Formats: sequence, C-alpha cells, structure tokens
Amino acid sequence: MSAGAPWASYTYAVARPFDPAQIAQVQGVDGSEVHLVSYQDIVAVVSSLSVAEFDEAAIRAKLATPEALEAVARAHHAVVEAVAARSVTLPFRLATIHHGGERVIEVLRQGYRRFCAALDRLAGCVEVGVKVYADLEALAATDPARKAGPAAPSTPSSPGRDYLRRRMEQRRSRDEAWRLALAAADRTTTTLAKLALDQRCHRPQDPRLSGTRGENVLNMAYLVDAADVQGFALVAGSLAALPGMRIEVTGPWAPYSFSLPDDGGDSSGRDDRWESK
Amino acid sequence: VAEPSLWQDGMPTGRVARQFGQAPSASANLADVLERVLEKGVVIAGDIKVNLLDVELLTIKLRLLVASVDKAREIGIDWWERDPSLSSRASGDLADENRRLRDRVAELEGSGTAHGESPDASATMAVDTSGGPRRAPAEPERRQGTGR
Repeated sequence: MSAGAPWASYTYAVARPFDPAQIAQVQGVDGSEVHLVSYQDIVAVVSSLSVAEFDEAAIRAKLATPEALEAVARAHHAVVEAVAARSVTLPFRLATIHHGGERVIEVLRQGYRRFCAALDRLAGCVEVGVKVYADLEALAATDPARKAGPAAPSTPSSPGRDYLRRRMEQRRSRDEAWRLALAAADRTTTTLAKLALDQRCHRPQDPRLSGTRGENVLNMAYLVDAADVQGFALVAGSLAALPGMRIEVTGPWAPYSFSLPDDGGDSSGRDDRWESK
Repeated sequence: VAEPSLWQDGMPTGRVARQFGQAPSASANLADVLERVLEKGVVIAGDIKVNLLDVELLTIKLRLLVASVDKAREIGIDWWERDPSLSSRASGDLADENRRLRDRVAELEGSGTAHGESPDASATMAVDTSGGPRRAPAEPERRQGTGR
C-alpha cells in the first residue's frame, strides 16, 4: 500500500503497539479489516478502504442520513473500544481519511511528540460519563411551600386574584425545582472532581435523542484511574439522591473527551495543535 | 433504547462493570456515542476532506428531528429547512447562514456580537443554537456545568 494507490486509509485512533491479532475479528467502517500502521513506538489503527467508496462525495453520502451516520459512528466506536481494551488509546474524530498508509505514517511522524504526550497522560485511565437528570415536576412537588397545599386565602378571594396566585405559585415551584436540580448538579461535580484526574463538561443531551426521561441538567466526562473506576462509579451513582433526580453513569469509555490536555474554555475538542504547519 | 449504563436510577446494579470490548458496543446509547466520535477525539485534517460543517449539521438535524420538528418550528427554529445542509457544496452558504444565526443570537441576547470567524467557529456556534429546542424559552437561566 503506497501513496497514490487506490486506497484510502481511515484512522480510528493512535495507540501504543499491541498484537494486532487481538483485534483481528473486529470489523471497521463498512465491514473493513483493521490493521496497524507503525511509527517508532506508536501505531495508528487503520482500515484500508477503496477510494472509490471513500472519496469526498462517497463519505458525504455515508454521513448524510441518520442511519448511515449511526452505522459509521458505531463501527468507529467499536474499533476504538476494542483497541482501548488492549492498549492506551487516543481516539480520533470520526472520518479521518488519508491517501494511503504512507500519509498515515507522515501524520504519526508529524504529531509524534504530541501523540506520545497524550498517550502518556492517558495511560491507565478511562473515561466515565456522568449525567444528572431532573424531573422538574417531581422536584417541584418536594417544594415545602407546595407540600403545605394551597394556602387558604386570608383575604376575600376573587377568581382573578386566585388565578394569579396559582400562577405565581407554579412559577415559584418551577424556579425552586431548577434551583434544587442545579444545586444537586453542583454537589455532584464538587464531589467527583476530587475523585477524578480530569473532567470535561459536555452539552446537556436532548432527552428525546438519548431516550431518557427528565431534563439533563449535567453531562460530564471524568478521567479516572482504571483501578478506581468501580469506586468512582459507586460514589457517582449514590449522588443526587433527591426525589426527582436521577444520575446515570456510563462507561468505561476510551478517553475520547480527553484527547486535548485541557478544555481551554472550548469543549468542542477542535484544535489544530496536532498538526505541524 | 438499549441499556446505556451499568448503574441505573441512581443505584449501582451490583453487576461487575463492563470491561472494554466485552460487551457489544451496540449497547452504548447513540447520543453518547455521537457526542464522542463527532465532537471529541483528536482532530487531524485528512486528505479526503469531510466537511465538518455537514456532519455537525447532520447531528443538529438529527437532534432536531428526533426532538420533534414541530417543537422546533414552534419556537421559531426552522433554518435547517432552508440550509443547504448536507449537500455541502457550499460551505459559503453555510457560513452565511451561520453568520445570520450568530447575528440573530447576538440580537436575542442583546449582548454584543458572537465571535469566531473560522468555519469551525461557525459550526460550533451553529451547534450551540441546537440548544434551542431543548428547553422552553420561559425556563430560567441554567448553568451549563462546571468543567474547569
């Protein structure tokens, strides 16, 4: 496989070397085989794909519908997970495609120092996802003022005034529910920050995409020592123990969210520091 | 939706944690997977250009569509109906679209201008607007977490 061959190289991740036989049965994007491209003491995890099927128009088509995107995303993720089970892994963003293995080696060469620094930083670590959900109705119901029931009007009532009072009470309950939810989220981050090596804040997920109930008030990723992951998950799972609050712990994940040393205030993960200009 | 977590409803299930590679990754929640493979991970410019804007827009679209098109329209988000979206020829069009969105956001927030001139910054901005349909306008302001 050389530059200029009708092959495109799709890179899933960079890792420390491991026996490729260990992932021989893992299928990559489009059912492709996965192999390693080596440079010094790092490897790129790569599939060779027909350029005809992975040129710009073709890859666009492959990502252009939710179903196709899901297929590519899950295949990408499956390879990254398989690699992360065997070696310290630096996941790449979806659809990183070069003209053949020589170009991949060039990418490894150019980014070598940064790849090594990131791999060293991530060695022995996993990512754990922690999401806090709030059922605002249930939370509002815990509001003591509301629990006491509608206050008996001390002044002669009128329909208009009763209506306004009810509206104000509803609004106050909802504000209070938000306050409780955010306070619980704060306690969660405060506690977990002490147990984790690093953390990233993700955007809250749409409950209808994730298929879960309640408002996602907190969506965090934590970098945790692999040896501590059970304990971390137990602590995380015990937090936010309020009626109407729910915490979800996912993982362990390959350290997707920690590919950069720090957030730099931008959680998008985009950065050009990997490439020498 | 497949089981997304080892610990559900705030309680550990008592099972041994899934180790990497032992469970089919198909069991991971799609939202969690997309969040990571699209928005996280190392970004290297490939030889075969994948228009990142397109992919971002697709996830927005995915989110909006799953979130319910009606709901999005209801609160005035319908730009995706007009955007050249995944035809992707014209990142210029998308950039214009994003510029308009930025202006609109700035206008709505009544607080100066959004920044960022690169297509990537535009994409980020566009993604952020997808927060719209997630919450009703009347909800109080919320903090987005405390990542350091």
